[in-house]
Formats: sequence, structure tokens, C-alpha cells
Amino acid sequence: MAKHQLKGRKKPLTSRDLIEVKDLVKYFPIYSRGVLLKKQVGIVHAVDNIDFNIKRKETFGLVGESGCGKTTTARLILNLIDPTSGEVFFDGENIFEKFQSANKEEKLKLRRKMQLIFQNPYGSLDPRMTVFDIISEPFIIHKHIPKSQWKEKVYELLELVGLEEYHAERYPHEFSGGQRQRICIARALAVEPEFLIADEPVSSLDVSIRAQILNLLGELQERVGLTYLYISHDLSSVRQISHRVAVMYLGEIVELADTDELFKEPLHPYTTALVQAVPIPDPKAKSMKIILPGEVPSPINPPSGCRFHPRCPQAKPICREKKPELLLAKPKHTVACHLDS
Amino acid sequence: MTETTLNIEGLKTYFFTEAGIVKAVDGISFNLKKGESLGLVGESGSGKTVTALSVLRIVPKPGRIIDGKVEFNGDDLFKKTEKEMRRIRGSEIAIIFQDPSSSLNPVYNVETQLRDVIIAHQNIPKKEARKKLIELLETVELPDAETRMREYPHQFSGGMKQRVAIARALALEPTLLFADEPTTNLDVTIQAQVLDLLNDLKKRFGMSLVMITHDMGIIAKMTTRVVVLYAGRVCEIAKTYDLFERPRHPYTEALLAAVPRLDRRKTLRVIPGNIPNLIEPPTGCRFHPRCNYATQTCKEDIPVLEEIEPEHFVACHEWRNISLKGERSH
Repeated sequence: MAKHQLKGRKKPLTSRDLIEVKDLVKYFPIYSRGVLLKKQVGIVHAVDNIDFNIKRKETFGLVGESGCGKTTTARLILNLIDPTSGEVFFDGENIFEKFQSANKEEKLKLRRKMQLIFQNPYGSLDPRMTVFDIISEPFIIHKHIPKSQWKEKVYELLELVGLEEYHAERYPHEFSGGQRQRICIARALAVEPEFLIADEPVSSLDVSIRAQILNLLGELQERVGLTYLYISHDLSSVRQISHRVAVMYLGEIVELADTDELFKEPLHPYTTALVQAVPIPDPKAKSMKIILPGEVPSPINPPSGCRFHPRCPQAKPICREKKPELLLAKPKHTVACHLDS
Repeated sequence: MTETTLNIEGLKTYFFTEAGIVKAVDGISFNLKKGESLGLVGESGSGKTVTALSVLRIVPKPGRIIDGKVEFNGDDLFKKTEKEMRRIRGSEIAIIFQDPSSSLNPVYNVETQLRDVIIAHQNIPKKEARKKLIELLETVELPDAETRMREYPHQFSGGMKQRVAIARALALEPTLLFADEPTTNLDVTIQAQVLDLLNDLKKRFGMSLVMITHDMGIIAKMTTRVVVLYAGRVCEIAKTYDLFERPRHPYTEALLAAVPRLDRRKTLRVIPGNIPNLIEPPTGCRFHPRCNYATQTCKEDIPVLEEIEPEHFVACHEWRNISLKGERSH
């Protein structure tokens, strides 16, 4: 168990949450064509005023349909793009301020604490590098491991993600999709991060391989004490791996609760429809009742009031006019909907 | 009702690549009754799609149908001339694909490409074809069909494109429809809409449906009988209900145990190892390297598909000696 010792992890565990996201907003401007007379003609409301916290050693699921702002949220938290407004705290530090002011060394230190794995392990590995080079590349950048220990450390990481030592000399094309995702995970863990964002990590994998990666992520959390932000449109895998889940719709969080509660007693009509839309692998299971009409509207001109109202089977006049706030409906269960109030 | 629409026997389709011969479909047999919804389930490389393409005789190069027989309403499709096949494709057997954006032509608007299908096969005047087309697009619930059909595929969302693709497949009122992962690229709420539409249309047109998917949820919801494929061979054929309740092939059991479900949390059981390479597939039973129950016989002999109960077929040497768990007992 304790083979993978992480240095610098011995900080006293406070009750403070690892990640705090406050009023985070990201708008993408759209410009008209032309060079001289370029003017802004619209705004994509990619992420609109979202708040959430992620506790230490927790898996926080972020679920929603395509275009709802899940990935933009991930990129904002890592400060890969600048926010329009809002704040993100990592372990109490405002990361946007930190990234703007800090010197290069401190930025690197902060980067080491958070890592990302992507949906497509084929696209995120350099085909001309061996696995050893891929996994040891972070050592060159972060200089946290002396060169004499690289080999040992790479083998340790390979073992950790369920690969063998001899795999180190091979190239990415020699591996299957699931194994490549393991390599990506090993590379992310090479810098000994505390926080890992997994953006649709199993979506491109076959069903029998998905379970392997989901179980691996769970195991790693126990062994290394990682905190995850798990992003997916696949509700079943979110349910399987997450402790708490936030449901996003058109850039906003509409509901946030503990996983079991959210899926058993969803309060928001969108969550209800989403849950019922997933076919359950059991012919005896009750089939869906509500089929949501229409499609997700464009985030350029999102609907007024509650953004879900044009598709909502229970919409009332107030839903069109007033934006519902994300409020506590039950202990540890927040929802943004007028219906319950 | 028990008329057989499609009968596939010993189908073999190989791909002759530079790296070697890929045995994508290696002796697959099953049949489809009239009006039935049959599921074809398996992981990538199991031969689901190639089976459908072989039935339509549209296997891309370097693939070739090597052996086997496909009977459609009693006629041997492999004995038809290319001209006869062209008539059958579309008007008798149609197919919709996973990715509607690559199966629609981007340079023609929807009206033109769908109208051409109707005119080519039915030889009716343009005006009449147009009228028929509007009706058809309304059947697949494309909103505002008359205006929107003048738009190009890129102006439609994924779900709408799939509706257009379904409309094109149904334009000639086929009696058999292959749906090859029709909702894999779509969001869940849109997937629910499209599945619902397919169910409706199937009833309305009295079609037989072959649902090709890797999603056990869709199988449970959409089909009455299932063929489980692994590495180009059939593992098990059973009624959907029986398959989930009492799988008899270790692969089926493992597949069910590996899929998370939304209505309750369960421990995911992992299938060890990877999907085999089909240039040099494992000897004997192709699942044996990943199977918990494998014996020496499994390594050496190819298991044959035998009927162990009425309408329950399994290809496993060990089925008598093992007791497997279904979805409900987890």
C-alpha cells in the first residue's frame, strides 16, 4: 500500500476544502468577420456564475450534456484560460491571483498540485516518445526527482497504474486504449499531485475496459489520497465513482447533492429527465416516463429566467421571468428551481 | 409472426491487410424473425458492424466475404447480381450509422439528397417526391420540416441529423432496418428521443430491427432477443430477458458485471486483459485467455453453438459445469 510515498503531503489536514469555486464566470466573445471593423456581435455564456467546493479525498462529479460548460469549468480551475470574473481557491490560495503575480517557480509548484487527464488517450500521448520518456518528462520540467531515481520512479508509477516494467520501453501505438489511459494517469501522477481532473476519462473506451479504469481511479484515490473532479456526460459512470455530483445545464449548476440522494430523489426537473433518459441494463427495470422535448438551446442567447424553462415539463410563468437561485432544499442538497419554493 | 426474415449461416468476412488477414467475422450464424427487434451486442472489434455490412454486401476493401450464406425472405443474397442488390439496399434492407454527419452529403441540402433517393428507386415525378419527403420528415418529427429541408446537414444538430438519416433510411419503406450504434454520438436526452422514435417507427412500419450497440442499457430497453458477439464469433443467443436473468456464457456474465447502472451502485467486476487481435486470434474459444472458467479444452477446441434450452444458444465447453450470475443477483 505505502509503496508510493508522496513528499510534501504531510501538511496538517484542515477542514478547509481543497477546491473552492466562487461566482465563476467565463464568457467567450464572438466577433464579426473583418479585420478593421471587427466588432463584438455576441457572447457565449459558457460558464455563468457557478459555485462549488470539493473536499479533500473526495470525488466530485460534474455531469451535463455537451456544451453545458463542464470542460470550460475544468480549464478555468486549472487556469488554462482566464476567467471573465470569479475566483478559484486551491487549498485556500486564490489561484488566479497566484498565477498572475507569482514567479515562474511558484507557478510550477502550483501546477504540480493539479493535473488533468483527457478523454482521448490517443491524442494526448506523443507517438514518438517511449512510455519512459512520456512519464519522465514531468521530472525534467519540475525537477523534483533527481535523475538517478527516474527509472525507479517510472517503474513505481507503472506498477501503480497496473502496467509492467517492460512497458516502459514501448511506444504509445503498441498499447490498447485502456492501457494508454493508464499511461496518461501515470504521467499525471508523476508530479505527485493532490488534485486530478478527469475529463471524460472512459468515454472512448470499451465497456469491459471502462470498469478497469473506473476501478483504478477508485483504488488510486485510496492509495495516494487524491481528490478528483470527475467530468462526464455518462451518468452511470458518474454515479459509480462520485461522492457528490453537480448537474450543469447551459453554463449553470442546477442541482448539487450527494450521489445517492441525487440519483434517487432528484429535485430539479432537468435532473429527473436526465436520470430517466438513461436506459438501465436490465429489461425488468422501469422504463423512462419523461422524454424531454427539444434540444439544449444555444449558449449565445440563453433563455430568460430559468434557462431550462423552454424544455421543462412543469414550467410556470415565473420560470420565464425570474432566474432561480441555487438554494438549499434539504440538508446537503441544493437546487435552482422555482417549483419547490 | 414466426416467419424468418433474415437467416445468416456461417458468415465469414475477412480483411486482407498488409499486416495479415483480419478475421473480423469468423463463422457467425443467427436468424431474425419478422417484426422482431434483435440486439447485436459486443465490444469494438467483435464484428457487429461488419456483419451488417456483409448482409448488405457493402464490405469496404480490403475486406471480402469468404464464406457463408445470407438468406433474406428465403432468397440467397450472395447469389444476387449487383443490380439486384442495389434494388434491395434501401427498399428492402436499410441501415443507419453511428455518425450522421459523415453519412449525409455535406454539399447537398437535405431536400435534394433525400428526394433523389425516392426518385431513383420509385420513379415518381419530382413534385410528388417532394410531398412524400415532407410527410416523411414529419414522421421522424423534424420540426418545421418544409423550411428546414432546404438547409444543409451542417446546419442541423446531431440529433436532427440522425433524424434526417433515419428519414432517408425509411424513405423506401424497408422491411428490415440495421441501426448501427445510432445514438452513441448523442446526448442522453436526445438519445432517449431517438430511441423512442425508432420504437414508434418500427411499430408503424412493421419493420424488423437489428440494433447494433455496445450499450447493455439500450439492449435491455429496445430488443426482445440478443446475439452476443466476441472477437468475430457468436457467444450466446437468447431472449433479452433470459440473457440478463440467466447468462450462460462467461463473457456475457462478465459484460453484465462490468457495466455500471444508474439506479443503484454496484461493485464493478473487471474483465481482465484486452480485446484480442484478430489477425492471430486465440486458439479454441476466443474468450479463453480472459475467462475465469477456462480449461485445457477451451484452449484447444472451438466451442460450437448449441441450443441448451428452447431459444437459448451458447457456445461454451463448460456451460454444464459452471453457474453464472445474472444482472439481478448482484
